[in-house]
Amino acid sequence: MSRNLLKWGVLAAVVGMALYLIFALYAQREFVFAMLFLVLTASAVFVFVNRRMYAHRYIYPAVAGMAVFVVFPLLYTVGIGFTNYSASNLLSFERVQENLLGRSYQSESARYPYELYQTGEGYVMVLEGQGRSLRSAPFQLDGETTVGVEPGVAPAGEPLQIRDIIQQRDALKSLSLTLEDGRELTMASLRAFAAIQPLYEKSGNDTLTNTRTGEVYFPNNDAGFYETAEGERLVPGWTVNTGWDNYLKVITDPSISGPFVQIFIWTLLFSVGTVVFTLVLGLLLANLLQWDQIRAKGFYRTMLILPYAVPAFISILVFKGLFNQNFGEINLVLENLFGMRPDWFSDPAMARTMILIVNTWLGYPYMMLLCMGLLQAIPRDLYEASAMDGAGPINNLMNITFPLILKPLAPLLIASFAFNFNNFVLIALLTGGAPDIIGASTPAGTTDLLVSYTYRIAFQDSGQNFGLAAAIATVIFLVVGALSLINLKLSKVKV
Amino acid sequence: MAMVEPRSTKYRVLASHLGLLCFIALILFPLLMVISISFRSGNFATGSLLPETPSLEHWSLALGIPYTDAAGNVTQPPFPVLLWLWNSIKVAVISSVLILALSTTAAYAFARMRFAGKGFVLKSMLIFQMFPPVLSLVALYALFDEIGNHVSWLGLNTHGAVIVASLGGMALHIWTIKGYFDSIDRSLEEAAIVDGATTWQAFRYILLPLSVPILMVVFILAFIMTIMEYPMASILLVDTDKLTLAVGAQQYLYEQNYLWGDFAAAAVLSGLPITLIFLYCQKWIVGGLTAGGVKG
Repeated sequence: MSRNLLKWGVLAAVVGMALYLIFALYAQREFVFAMLFLVLTASAVFVFVNRRMYAHRYIYPAVAGMAVFVVFPLLYTVGIGFTNYSASNLLSFERVQENLLGRSYQSESARYPYELYQTGEGYVMVLEGQGRSLRSAPFQLDGETTVGVEPGVAPAGEPLQIRDIIQQRDALKSLSLTLEDGRELTMASLRAFAAIQPLYEKSGNDTLTNTRTGEVYFPNNDAGFYETAEGERLVPGWTVNTGWDNYLKVITDPSISGPFVQIFIWTLLFSVGTVVFTLVLGLLLANLLQWDQIRAKGFYRTMLILPYAVPAFISILVFKGLFNQNFGEINLVLENLFGMRPDWFSDPAMARTMILIVNTWLGYPYMMLLCMGLLQAIPRDLYEASAMDGAGPINNLMNITFPLILKPLAPLLIASFAFNFNNFVLIALLTGGAPDIIGASTPAGTTDLLVSYTYRIAFQDSGQNFGLAAAIATVIFLVVGALSLINLKLSKVKV
Repeated sequence: MAMVEPRSTKYRVLASHLGLLCFIALILFPLLMVISISFRSGNFATGSLLPETPSLEHWSLALGIPYTDAAGNVTQPPFPVLLWLWNSIKVAVISSVLILALSTTAAYAFARMRFAGKGFVLKSMLIFQMFPPVLSLVALYALFDEIGNHVSWLGLNTHGAVIVASLGGMALHIWTIKGYFDSIDRSLEEAAIVDGATTWQAFRYILLPLSVPILMVVFILAFIMTIMEYPMASILLVDTDKLTLAVGAQQYLYEQNYLWGDFAAAAVLSGLPITLIFLYCQKWIVGGLTAGGVKG
């Protein structure tokens, strides 16, 4: 009985907390997130209360984790792809309006230098204005305060030092002083107050009027900006749906489509190249290590696995240093031996070669381990028979080994292809995409893979074009999705 | 079994040994170079494989001890490497434990119970796992930013966020463990249930003790995956003393501030434990590899 009570109590507490979160999100107009947590909580209650869903209780945390951190971000990203979400269109319409209405200008040139005194009853502000001294009643510095000022003299004692004023800066910023004629003064600088007026005034239909120039701005819900009739825009804008615009941009804008196609081709070449090189090297080494005549297998195996054992983020950075054009050890060796000094980071072809070398170094041990496992399964009699027929090692490899391991290896090769297609860490740490493609309007490099290209559009430079990045991400999702479906079919996964 | 051996075998064995040794020398070159560089003085000097003027400067800095050179100049450690290592280990251990606990229970249900939508959920988990999380970083960033407004330890720039985010990558582990559970005869648990054990007891006292090897493999794989995770941590973590090793190590090699020697010492110091763990556990990992993780 008490156990039951505890169970329901815990459930009620969890649901209560979740509901609080959902309402808080809803109140902030974050509908997508509110919906996510609502679905999550509802399904949790359903699974944990319903006796018939007993089995689902075991899988609920894992499935919910996947839903929140994999599926939801995926859908959210696809959604962003259809908007103009970017550094200049980050906020919601309400927040943009708030931001613009919050802008102000100093309506008259008069500035009022001030001194702040701390007295027993609170702070006292003394302004020096137009030949006379103005004084406020004592007030507290907490939150928004409005205090009247009238002619008077400073109280006894020393005014506060500038460093104390800096400490109170935030409170002072929300302080407004009212003159006898009703004008309001707010803080204009650390040392002075001035009459500040809002720059924009809102009228019906959400239009904004500039109070200085009288220009009228209309909200344009297709572009997500406030615009004048002539098309002059106010920044920041807000996020609006733009339909297929981002996708069309990728296809039609030559300064985007050019680099996109170039990067797409390089991504394919890189992934295929990596799979081929690592497979050839891995298979060769696995064959050697499998050979009965070779002694000291344990030693060789440990040594050959080393590149896989060292954390990738360290070895990639090590290579970044070793390949350095001027003081890298690789160029030092090359210069001593052959008298050449390749530009590993500024010449596109050399940079790509370097990336393939590094990735082969990183990846061959994995292929070797896989091949070693698969070679075990090939019956020895086959080699015995072929030796009787006088076949050499190359015949054995091409006619026995390769055909037999290709089938179990295929899904793993596709997985490796998909992994390298999205090998973000390698590019981000080694070249960062450099050298740049000339004439591209988005940040794009000749060694960028699609995935690092997307990351740079979203997070680097001044662009921060999340919408465009998300559209490209959606294209990659489709490619990867197709790959994993093929993989699922090839590996004939049984549930 | 006597293999038929042609006469040329002897030479071929010799050639193979030579080839392998040359290849290993080539492969180890970068690693040996880094160890050598970590003992060189200065951050730019190039030199021979054996440092001519060995110095412990970089090692002292990597361990967080200010270094005083012969002329009496004191160099402060540029980055808190040990703190980063500790952050990485903390994040990796907590998330591996969570991943192990959640994926074991989920795998149990998938392996032993019948319920609606089982096949669909399993297959879609496998497909979704293929999508690179890098591409959903904008969404994940927004998600954690929003959660952080309400739950402070799960917001941006917290380790909580990195730990929770790493739970998204559980599908592979669920598949691995499920495969192992499938290979264990279920009559053992059925016998226990006939004797009056609950489903949970059968799982806890019969199946779990039998599965310790695979649980070890999954724990090690999850640990290595999270310790090496870069993109998510690079977006979620900001403050220098919050960074994990994977994000922090990069800071040594900025164009404007190229601390090559300091990086080498930090890399050896922090990479060595992970490498040794990996080499020690490799015989178990190899078994788990064909089921899951891909690198390179």
